Amino acid sequence: MSDTLQHFVSREPFDIQDIERLTPEQERYYMASQWRMMWWRLKKHKLAVTAGIILLASYLSIVFVEFLVPYELQTRNTDFIYAPPQQVHLFHDGEFVGPFVYGYRYHLNMEHLKRVYEEDTSKVQPIRFFCTGDPYEFWGLFEADFHLICPAEGGTLFLLGTDRLGRDMASRLVYGGRISLTVGLIGITLSFMLGITIGGAAGYFGGWVDNAVQRVIEVLRSLPELPLWMALSAALPVTWSPILVYFGITLILALLDWPGLARAVRSKLLALREEDYCSAARLMGASPTRIIGRHLLPNFMSHLIASATLSVPSMILAETALSFLGLGLRPPVTSWGVLLTEAQNIEAVALYPWLLMPMVPVIITVLAFNFLGDGLRDAADPYD
Amino acid sequence: MLNYFARRLLTMILTLVVISVLVFVIIQLPPGDYLSTYIAELESQGEMVDKDKIEFLRQQYGLDKTPVEQYFHWVAGLVQGDLGYSFEHSLPVSEVVGDRLLLSMVLNFSTILFIYIVSFPIGVYSATHQYSWGDHGLTLLGFLGLATPNFLLALILLYLANIWFGTSIGALMSDEYIGQPWSWGKALSVLEHLAVPVIVIGTSGTAGMIRRLRANLLDELQKQYVTTGRAKGLPPGRLLVKYPLRMALNPFVADIGNMLPQVVSGSVIVSAVMSLPTTGPMLLRALQSQDMFLAGSFLIFLALLTVVGMFLSDLLLAALDPRIRLSGGMRR
Repeated sequence: MSDTLQHFVSREPFDIQDIERLTPEQERYYMASQWRMMWWRLKKHKLAVTAGIILLASYLSIVFVEFLVPYELQTRNTDFIYAPPQQVHLFHDGEFVGPFVYGYRYHLNMEHLKRVYEEDTSKVQPIRFFCTGDPYEFWGLFEADFHLICPAEGGTLFLLGTDRLGRDMASRLVYGGRISLTVGLIGITLSFMLGITIGGAAGYFGGWVDNAVQRVIEVLRSLPELPLWMALSAALPVTWSPILVYFGITLILALLDWPGLARAVRSKLLALREEDYCSAARLMGASPTRIIGRHLLPNFMSHLIASATLSVPSMILAETALSFLGLGLRPPVTSWGVLLTEAQNIEAVALYPWLLMPMVPVIITVLAFNFLGDGLRDAADPYD
Repeated sequence: MLNYFARRLLTMILTLVVISVLVFVIIQLPPGDYLSTYIAELESQGEMVDKDKIEFLRQQYGLDKTPVEQYFHWVAGLVQGDLGYSFEHSLPVSEVVGDRLLLSMVLNFSTILFIYIVSFPIGVYSATHQYSWGDHGLTLLGFLGLATPNFLLALILLYLANIWFGTSIGALMSDEYIGQPWSWGKALSVLEHLAVPVIVIGTSGTAGMIRRLRANLLDELQKQYVTTGRAKGLPPGRLLVKYPLRMALNPFVADIGNMLPQVVSGSVIVSAVMSLPTTGPMLLRALQSQDMFLAGSFLIFLALLTVVGMFLSDLLLAALDPRIRLSGGMRR
């Protein structure tokens, strides 16, 4: 090895910190807050984002239900009882007319006494947009009659058919969302608060508080939920107004739902309360409420939100089941479960299958919450 | 083991006591007792109220006593097999329910069996063939099974059966056996009719179980002892069954604690929808007419079913897994 190695000296000015400097992307990544990183993580989860958008749209629609739908909740079209869904067409006789529906031709089948509706292709009924139609009371506050879509003058627009009183299913479905979706949201808020308070107390104080809470959770979890829900809602006084019953049902749903959340909070707190920063806060005289709420809970808030999202569907389903069985909400309050009570008579369903339509939004909502919850759970730990 | 058994038995009895208090409170919740509603109803119809009967019932239930005394009265009756008196049917509850309790038990037990039998091979297949087409297909199916609420599934099936066969599938036995004493023919007929409700109730549980077994088994399969075994030349079948499967099986059995309440809940509502002759529809009717003693008996029965089921499964698990019976701790 006699020949010397080639010597190379770079003439570029040497910057000592060069090696530690971050590229803009890296900097953006390292400086990002936890919640921002979760958002990035969530955005990658296409299914969760789609589900989130669907849910956002449905919850937004709750606000403007009266404006969005062509008919009012209780409008009866007595000439169109159990009318089948009308299809939206664009072309009539090969000519473009814009969105329209064909009118009905109706006769009573005297043999079966069945109402028979046929499409009457001579009656072209163009759908109107941003129009005046069925009068309504917006959230019961003021009267209006302005709609996003209306049927043609003197025509009908039953996109999902009508029920036994000739009420438009599509409109009622959207109205039903207002109740069904909010039941889940209010219920989970209540159970979230219960779970955090009870689980927080159990985890932070330990000892006999923890023991008592553990036993209660065990008992509650070993009980079949639905029969208990049924019994509790059957026990609601019959004299209550529909609004009171609505809140009563949500409260009942929340009362049996908190153990899962409380258990999660407890097990996390048991570990976290031994941390130094927790002792420091205690030594400085912070109250337990402040330590739990300010120092401990934020550590795993994202996990809690994810698991709360995952338990919304069970609430929506429970409300649907209860109302379907006639133990939950009652008309005139209209939720998807109340709408489904019409489908209890299976003979009617066989003749008028569109009575089963309220199932579709229920299943879509449940799936959407599940996907969003899955995405959130993956995103809740952005550092791994 | 004996120690564990005793402790577990004690917790079960305590749980049952708490549950009975809970159910009693629920029975008492509706304003006024059933009798006053009953009297008011009769009077509003302009009927004479039979004073003697009212007095008899009042004594029977000690409605004139304090709630605490009433509770003990009620529990004492329950323990002796006196389920109370149904006001709606004017019969003792035990006569009203008939063999509904038995059929409920059969239905729930078959569902649990179905869930295990179906989810076990599928879960093992999914785990050993991870990311294959079969696995993806089954995962998708599982997701749908989890998301479709069972009573809606029951409705759909009823509707389809009505369209395709023009018959109703909502029964647990052929017509000729209804109200007949038990016989082989009747038992077979029940077994035949069980299939549809069992599938409907078991779908979501099966989907959940498959996911859980798949996850557990995948965790095990990635461990080093499996690699070692493979390196030493163990045949694949033996490599799977000897250790990883046994490890993955414990959580699978233990999970009955989550599954049982879910199955019982499901069976209640599915029975109500399909009008099966189990406790479901009767509980519903009792609740609707606020016949609270009948409802309370059913609630107690359903809770008993779950709690005793969990107790038995815990014992089974303790027999399977020495860690549990030695540490003496409760699972979960």
